[in-house]
Amino acid sequence: MIIHHPLLGPRDSAEFIYLGDASLMERPDPKAENAQELFYKYLYLRDNPAGEHKELWYHEQGDRSWLILTRNTVTHEITHVELARRSK
Amino acid sequence: MRYNALQILKQGLTGHKGWKPAWRKAEPKPEYDIIIVGGGGHGLATAYYLAKQFEQKRIAVVEKGWIGGGNVGRNTTIIRSNYMLHENEGFYEFSLKLWENQEQDFNYNSMVSQRGIINLFHSDPQRDAYVRRGNAMALNGADPVLLDQDALRKKCPFLNFDNARFPIQGGLWQPRGGTVRHDAVAWGYARGADKRGVDIIENCEVTGFLIDQGVCSGVETTRGTIKAKKIGVAVAGSSSRVMAMAGMRLPMESHVLQAFVSEGLKPVIPGVITYGAGHFYVSQSDKGGLVFGGDIDGYNSYAQRGNLPVVEDVCEGGVSLMPMIGKARVLRMWGGIMDMSMDGSPIIDKTHVNGLYFNGGWCYGGFKATPASGYCFAQLIATDAPHETAKAMRMDRFSRGLMIDEKGQGAQPNLH
Ligand SMILES: Cc1cc2nc3c(=O)[nH]c(=O)nc-3n(C[C@H](O)[C@H](O)[C@H](O)COP(=O)(O)OP(=O)(O)OC[C@H]3O[C@@H](n4cnc5c(N)ncnc54)[C@H](O)[C@@H]3O)c2cc1C
Repeated sequence: MIIHHPLLGPRDSAEFIYLGDASLMERPDPKAENAQELFYKYLYLRDNPAGEHKELWYHEQGDRSWLILTRNTVTHEITHVELARRSK
Repeated sequence: MRYNALQILKQGLTGHKGWKPAWRKAEPKPEYDIIIVGGGGHGLATAYYLAKQFEQKRIAVVEKGWIGGGNVGRNTTIIRSNYMLHENEGFYEFSLKLWENQEQDFNYNSMVSQRGIINLFHSDPQRDAYVRRGNAMALNGADPVLLDQDALRKKCPFLNFDNARFPIQGGLWQPRGGTVRHDAVAWGYARGADKRGVDIIENCEVTGFLIDQGVCSGVETTRGTIKAKKIGVAVAGSSSRVMAMAGMRLPMESHVLQAFVSEGLKPVIPGVITYGAGHFYVSQSDKGGLVFGGDIDGYNSYAQRGNLPVVEDVCEGGVSLMPMIGKARVLRMWGGIMDMSMDGSPIIDKTHVNGLYFNGGWCYGGFKATPASGYCFAQLIATDAPHETAKAMRMDRFSRGLMIDEKGQGAQPNLH
């Protein structure tokens, strides 16, 4: 797979480390009433869709930036790439 | 028809005209007592034990493609019970015992071959970890043997013992581990279930559940609605997709794992060997092909094929472990979608929906579990009580902090 890095252009996916669903960016509030329940869901439960998936990739052997890819988990087609820090 | 030597002789003398299909092509009926979703190894074994052991009637297995086309026909066929945690080891040892009697039990040649499995170690701490694991195995009645380097050299002289970075010091050997003809497992359970009246319905995809006020009373399929009192789901890599139709999110990701077979070679590899310092394991099939594999590709995937970086990684591991295979040519490779659970261990449990049961999260080790998984799931569905060896494989263990995490690695969907 080729990942089109927003700053560095086309890069081999082997340069990256995969973390998982991009919703991991939204860490629950540890002070919330139901923090235990929220963290259980955050840590363990996943949508795991067949089709479009927003996910976190870390450019370890490159500029060490975190990217958010929109990738199809059936075809591996990547339709969108953005820097994670810009996504907010 | 029972299969035996006399039958082969008789058929041989009559031109092999009397063989019958091993299972019927069943049409869906409007209603059953029990529906098993997924005609993989686990679903078929569940139906078989439901009918045979737990004397249930009116059972159907509903499969979206053809039986045996999923992971049961895609794996590298290794069976073993060399786990460390009690919650796993008792279960896998139960499974190995069922393997040992499987062919007699279902009257089908699944080629169970206890050629042994050796996990190599490359350092003192790794040896100590294997000693500990061996002791845990022994506590559950399994058969660990610690091989030092001399003993290992006798068995596998071809290993790269003096590798500068990862010298091979020895291995943890389980002589009762081995390999099984994977397709025959699906076919044997299908035949045994069919003989006891189970309908095996192929080309029938489940597209929804009939759930009303917390009670599941059947499934919607591409071949119409089928009602049932109890529904058991065993769809491996499709677990999240299927259970989403019942409104559930699972502690799981789906990932692709690849397998490789080389051209046929003379017998050289005595059993199963796993590399302790790289992602590579290998055995040799009876036809002579090296059957090997390594790690998952590493990102969520529902494509039943892998990508090249992992092919390279696996081959590098293989050649660094046994340089002699560097000249063997790869004949075939393929991938299967695995249900990777967040602690590397499976789930066999009821769900919060009455009448709906779930079996999944097998990661890349569910083939060896097939008989016990079927047996335990059948017991759960038939009696509503978990089997002794599967009590810890609960769905709610993640929210209660009771994970079964062999390596103590925390929430990671890439464990074995
Ligand atoms: C490359 C590879 C190597 C492996 N090596 C080993 C090994 O050496 N040892 C080991 O122990 N394990 C191994 N495994 C893991 C093992 O194969 C699996 O854990 C196990 O086979 C999963 O259970 P199953 O046989 O029931 O799955 P499957 O055979 O995948 O069965 C699931 C079935 O459900 C069906 N299904 C899905 N969705 C629906 C639906 N909506 N409606 C109806 N049916 C549906 C599918 O079509 C499929 O036939 C390996 C896996 C792979 C891919």
